[in-house]
Amino acid sequence: MSEYIIETEKGKWEIVCGLEIHCQIISKSKIFSGAPAEFGDDANENVSFVDAAMPGMLPTLNEECVHQAIKTGLGLNAVINKYSVFSRKNYFYADSPQGYQITQFEYPIVGEGKITIDLSDGTSKDIRIERLHIEQDAAKSIHDLNPTKSFIDFNRCGVGLMEIVTKPDFRSPEEVGAFLRKLRSILRYLGTCDGNMDEGSMRCDASISVRPLGSSELRQRAEVKNVNSVKFAMQAIESEAHRQVDIYESGGTILQQTCRFDPSTGGTKFLRFKEFSDDYRYFPEPDLPPLILSDELINKIKDELIELPDAKKSRFVNDLGLTPYDASVICENKEVADFFEKVACGRDAKKVANWLMGDFFAMLKKRNLDISQSPVSPENLGKLVDLISHEVISGKIAKDVFEIMAETSENPEKIVEEKGLKQVTDTSAIEAIIDAVIASNPDNVASYRAGKVNLLGWFVGQVIKQSQGKANPALVNKLLKEKL
Amino acid sequence: MTDLTELTVADALSKLKEKEISPVELTQAYIQKLDNNKKYNAFVTLVAEQALKNAYIAEQNYLNKVNRPLEGIPVGIKDLFCTKGIKTTACSHILDGFIPQYESTVTQNLLDDGALFLGKLNMDEFAMGGSNETSYYGPVVNPWSKDKPLVAGGSSGGSAAAVAAKMCAAATASDTGGSIREPAAFCGVTGIKPTYGRCSRYGIIAFASSLDQAGPICKDVTDCAILLNSMAGYDPKDSTSSKRDVPDFSSFIGQDIKGLKIGIPEEYRPEGLNPEVASCWDKAIQILKECGAEIVHINLPHTKYALPTYYVIAPAEASSNLARYDGIRYGLRVEGNNLDNLYINTRTAGFGAEVKRRILIGTYVLSAGYYDAYYLKAQKVRRLIKNDFDNAFQNCDVILTPTSPVEPFAIGDTKMLENPINMYLNDVFTVSVNLAGLPAMSLPIGLSQNGLPLGMQLIGRAFDEGTIFKTAYQLERGANFVRI
Repeated sequence: MSEYIIETEKGKWEIVCGLEIHCQIISKSKIFSGAPAEFGDDANENVSFVDAAMPGMLPTLNEECVHQAIKTGLGLNAVINKYSVFSRKNYFYADSPQGYQITQFEYPIVGEGKITIDLSDGTSKDIRIERLHIEQDAAKSIHDLNPTKSFIDFNRCGVGLMEIVTKPDFRSPEEVGAFLRKLRSILRYLGTCDGNMDEGSMRCDASISVRPLGSSELRQRAEVKNVNSVKFAMQAIESEAHRQVDIYESGGTILQQTCRFDPSTGGTKFLRFKEFSDDYRYFPEPDLPPLILSDELINKIKDELIELPDAKKSRFVNDLGLTPYDASVICENKEVADFFEKVACGRDAKKVANWLMGDFFAMLKKRNLDISQSPVSPENLGKLVDLISHEVISGKIAKDVFEIMAETSENPEKIVEEKGLKQVTDTSAIEAIIDAVIASNPDNVASYRAGKVNLLGWFVGQVIKQSQGKANPALVNKLLKEKL
Repeated sequence: MTDLTELTVADALSKLKEKEISPVELTQAYIQKLDNNKKYNAFVTLVAEQALKNAYIAEQNYLNKVNRPLEGIPVGIKDLFCTKGIKTTACSHILDGFIPQYESTVTQNLLDDGALFLGKLNMDEFAMGGSNETSYYGPVVNPWSKDKPLVAGGSSGGSAAAVAAKMCAAATASDTGGSIREPAAFCGVTGIKPTYGRCSRYGIIAFASSLDQAGPICKDVTDCAILLNSMAGYDPKDSTSSKRDVPDFSSFIGQDIKGLKIGIPEEYRPEGLNPEVASCWDKAIQILKECGAEIVHINLPHTKYALPTYYVIAPAEASSNLARYDGIRYGLRVEGNNLDNLYINTRTAGFGAEVKRRILIGTYVLSAGYYDAYYLKAQKVRRLIKNDFDNAFQNCDVILTPTSPVEPFAIGDTKMLENPINMYLNDVFTVSVNLAGLPAMSLPIGLSQNGLPLGMQLIGRAFDEGTIFKTAYQLERGANFVRI
């Protein structure tokens, strides 16, 4: 395991961190109302009477959200609780029109699970999941439209959320980063959350404390709220941990508090103390009966579950011979993995992986495209790999062909044909070029024959250049040696 | 022609079908009565013009023989039910001017069956009260009042008084701890609180969600069956409504009760029970005996805990249900210099003293450190109370008790007002039924020495309103109570 230690003149410290991640559930309608759970519409377009907490309105549970939570629970290798209960969390704020949030408290729908993360030193680590529960999202307050007034957009109000809580298992910013990427990958594979942290559909709160290395105590923690990227989460943990170490080493104490990450400084900013902890007066939601799940339903969802990144990765390693690193890069995104499998089918998977992770990714990045928008189809990339394997073109020519494919989306066979880029494997044609090169460079020929054998490379280059790159290098090599 | 407002719903329907009377005549008669009886303060909003328009439509429907089960019956609606386009305030200042854009399921069912609405009925603010004195619009006067104005009971005081004074043919009401039965008893009319889940709570302004249940207040037992037939039924918009089939309650009217076991709970006859109430109870027992029913003595040992249990659970739920009245989206708003002050100013001005008291009690019993001792314990006792009834119904088919320990008292009674507990004690016979979720009816049996109505309560097994109806009908016949 990679050790992350904060070392100062006075001592060595380690980080103890746990996460709470709010994930917006992908569903057609909101969790307790029929209003669309869509984004990007005009403010207050998608608001039902239930969402606006009009008098006499009652919540009704959207089964689609329940199915998504079960699916996610299974993806986290977690226990699905057949009995769970909705509770009210009571608080007054303008973004909470009911005056309470319907959530799950004592009895969440998903219990303990785990996610395995891969670290840069090649090791892996299990992060334990404490629970997952479902609840409703709050409305959005808008404070910057008017100097004296705030506005509320209720579109988000009532959208389904999954809150995933981990055990305090993180010991380094790297682990947190790896976990968030892995969780996002699993959610996207499952199609239960789009995982876009910058858009707020996945939001991370981190609880951070530090302790002297080797100690097993849990010290007072600070909570960093609503960090909106993986990078920021890692920075927030690092800077908050250092802040705490500084305080302890100068004889201070940490009070339980809530902070915010400030991307402009890369540090955390104090928000409020939590010494008088909020009293949310939780009690079971009387408008909704307990949620009882049948084995049938759970098994049905289990049967329909697609292959998840870990399983895919080990299949790519064991069956296709990819390195664990290549496999995990390719498996992080399901679309990439699917693209890869289409190309790799019946071909040398390692070669395909090299092409994909090399020129192909570079091309997407350069053009700022998503894999779904790639101008090069899996079929055409496969044909290109075939052209190389069958020695129709050289690897070098292939790079030029790929450039044209990226421009035109053309079939590489057609490009090679039309541009006359086929490798020349006709011995007599190559011999003619070799003869010409030998004839026009008598000095180098003499040096070579006198024992300067590493001039061979120069000769090969000349011949290939004169063939406009089409001569098969292996053949050129062989024939040159014979002639010289 | 006699006064059409004397007709029961059953009689009016048969005369309407025979074209002996017309819906317009009937409606005009009630509107006239409304006008004459303004002194009772039973209605807070009138929609007489709309009622007449609908009466003309009803008349056409009779002519075209497309008349529905309640075609042309003028009813009053408790102000707790949201009615589309008609001001709905729960008789609270905080809902000033609120006009719902939706219809409660129960009132929609009545509309679908052809009933027409005369207006909205007075009630205790948010249904919190037992005398209708907490209404923002002032107390309802009991039509039985003689020298001084008496309370009509609460919270459905307007519903009971309006039916008693023939200002509407029937009324909707709701019952959280006795709010249908107590005012029905005080005003000498009949009301049934069906089993929890029989009627949808959608669109009914919530007081205590796990206890609230809608029901009718009518001139007699038969009318209650007709109205409940229309009001009851499963509603997907209320997750706590029952999917059980709704029997034709009218079919129980007239069935004999020979051999039926009537349970008489010992705990409901404490020492010091008002002797007039006791003798009225004896009279009812005698009538049922004469009908061939068998009297069985039963025990409901946890009865003494019902009142404190109720006054923990109901305020707890209310404190949360009433959080939505914050001055932001509808109703009263009293501005403040920040969000918290807007909330404080609005709720201070908008809620009456009793509502505030219950919000405080509810907030207290749900607070950290008190939850286990109050709310959790109350839920446990609630289960014991339900078990009491389950056990009792092993040995009897229906339970007979008084509805209220007292006769209607004076408006402004100092004993009731000096200590709220004295008012709460009036609910002693009614709250257990709500805690257990059972159906119960109150019907008038006799008069006190002061010439005021005294009601008896029939409690049935869950979803067995049928047995209540057949027993009540026989009891009504035997008691021969004369309505005013």
